[in-house]
Amino acid sequence: MTHTTVVLTDRLTKRYGDRLAADGVSMTVHRGEVYGFLGPNGAGKTTTLRMLLGLVRPTSGDATVLGRPAGHPAVSGRVGALIEGPGFFPYLSGRDNLATLARYRGLPDAEVDAALDRVDLSARAGDRFRQYSLGMKQRLGVAAALMGDPALIVLDEPTNGLDPAGMADMRRLIRALADEGRTVILSSHLMAEVEEICDRVGVISDGRLVREAPVEVLRGASVLEVVGTPTARLLEVASRLTGEGTVRLDGDRALLDLDEARAPELARALVQAGVDLHRLAPRTRSLEDVFFEMTGAAAAASRDTLEVTA
Amino acid sequence: MTTSSATLVPGAAGPWREVVASARAELYRLRRWGAVRVIVGAWLLLTLLFGYVFNYVSYVTGESGFANEGATSTAALLVDLLPRQAPSVMVQGMPMFGGALMMVLGALAAGNGYGWGTWKTIIAQGPRRGAVAAGSLLALGTVVVAVVLLTAALTLVVSTAIAGLEGASMALPEAGRMAAALGLGTGVMGMWAGAGFLLGIVSRNPALSAGLGLVWALVVENLLRGVGGLVPGMSAVTDVLPGTAAGSWVGAFVGTSASGDTSPGMLTVLDGTPAGLLTIAFALGLPALAAWRLVRSDVA
Repeated sequence: MTHTTVVLTDRLTKRYGDRLAADGVSMTVHRGEVYGFLGPNGAGKTTTLRMLLGLVRPTSGDATVLGRPAGHPAVSGRVGALIEGPGFFPYLSGRDNLATLARYRGLPDAEVDAALDRVDLSARAGDRFRQYSLGMKQRLGVAAALMGDPALIVLDEPTNGLDPAGMADMRRLIRALADEGRTVILSSHLMAEVEEICDRVGVISDGRLVREAPVEVLRGASVLEVVGTPTARLLEVASRLTGEGTVRLDGDRALLDLDEARAPELARALVQAGVDLHRLAPRTRSLEDVFFEMTGAAAAASRDTLEVTA
Repeated sequence: MTTSSATLVPGAAGPWREVVASARAELYRLRRWGAVRVIVGAWLLLTLLFGYVFNYVSYVTGESGFANEGATSTAALLVDLLPRQAPSVMVQGMPMFGGALMMVLGALAAGNGYGWGTWKTIIAQGPRRGAVAAGSLLALGTVVVAVVLLTAALTLVVSTAIAGLEGASMALPEAGRMAAALGLGTGVMGMWAGAGFLLGIVSRNPALSAGLGLVWALVVENLLRGVGGLVPGMSAVTDVLPGTAAGSWVGAFVGTSASGDTSPGMLTVLDGTPAGLLTIAFALGLPALAAWRLVRSDVA
């Protein structure tokens, strides 16, 4: 483990009876980054996070968090977490709930007010938890995770139940936490959210970590999308400019592996060759495209394995 | 956000500091919980009604009822209502009704932690599971002690008021007997609260654990003792059940009252000393089992 590694898991596996909730997950999270843990519902995100927090014991494999085994008391106090929805005493106010948690950790009450203020919940802190909207409950959960100056913050679907403005606020807060030097693991199935705020992403499907890479690496290089007639002439000119094997046809659109900076040069060449140019634009694959490619492939591979086994 | 120097860093602080911190946190939330006030209030009301009100009405009117069934005379009824008898009145309802209510309290305190997701939230915050379990049990034990002290205060105040009304002796009970009643009450009520806590941890469901506990305490043990004489060897089992131990301990302490009244749950199956030791063993063993279970199992 290098000094920048905050979370390192080695073939982390959790089995419930016949079901493998997490299947050999080996992930690495670096200090100060926002790590997106992306996967469909039931993919194994929450189970993996629970193992990182010491809530669930792995069936096999190891997990190291902040240099110590997951769940070690010396580590847990430096980790803030909102895991699988906010769990609070419904009869207590938001402030009293946080004050209870603060007492468990020996934190001063000033931490409570600071955390409430940070998630913009101070005005309703005296209301009972059971009276909170889902979004307010989520914010209280995040506030609890922020108490105690944590080095690592684990947020499991923190924008669930938030309205668009609340979601934007939450994303800003997460980025601000990373800017303060904290490490954030953000579990989500919202691709746009992960794409917007995460530095690196781990994609999990059927309990397996399918891929782990920076967002831009996952998306791959952008291509130029060109529509023009006649198409045959367009392809001929484009191939001459970009080289063999770098042009492919998607319907009536030609997709070129060509740097965006060379778009004017391409446009001039096409026009000079007599091609009527209808469209020329860069096209970047969204994380959603990549996600469906990977999880679809993983699901297919899993099905194949099952069929072979059967 | 800054870290205060007062911050209790799990792992760095001693385990006892974590236990005390957990107990403080648990007490903070328990004393704000309406369910605790309802359960404690119900117990004090039962003690007031069945310990004093019905018997006093019967004494005043000369009518007998289920509350004073077996009473030999109205004069004997008054003796049981005076301060001297407060230790007996205080504990006589504990083996069954008080115990059942404490079991519900323990079951709700532990079982709701799963339903509300608060065990998960607390444990994910960092304190050691063992400290959380010990702190929760310590807080529950504190509530039990408070309930026993309140019961003692209630019986002393009401019995003194009755003595004043009737111009009877206002002599207080012997200090040793009062202290014994407090210890006995704490043991019996603590045992049932611990049993409820264990059920809540095992079932992970407040309603199920409270329901199972009540059926066991109020019905099953009585039925088992009823058939104990019919099945060879059965009494060896029924004699060491929690209800038998607690009921026998209270039965030995109270003895035969002046009015000949016997409260439900009071038994004469075991002698006082073995019954007391067995009750204390349950009062320590059941919570220890619950703590072990909380430490060892996954928290979903």
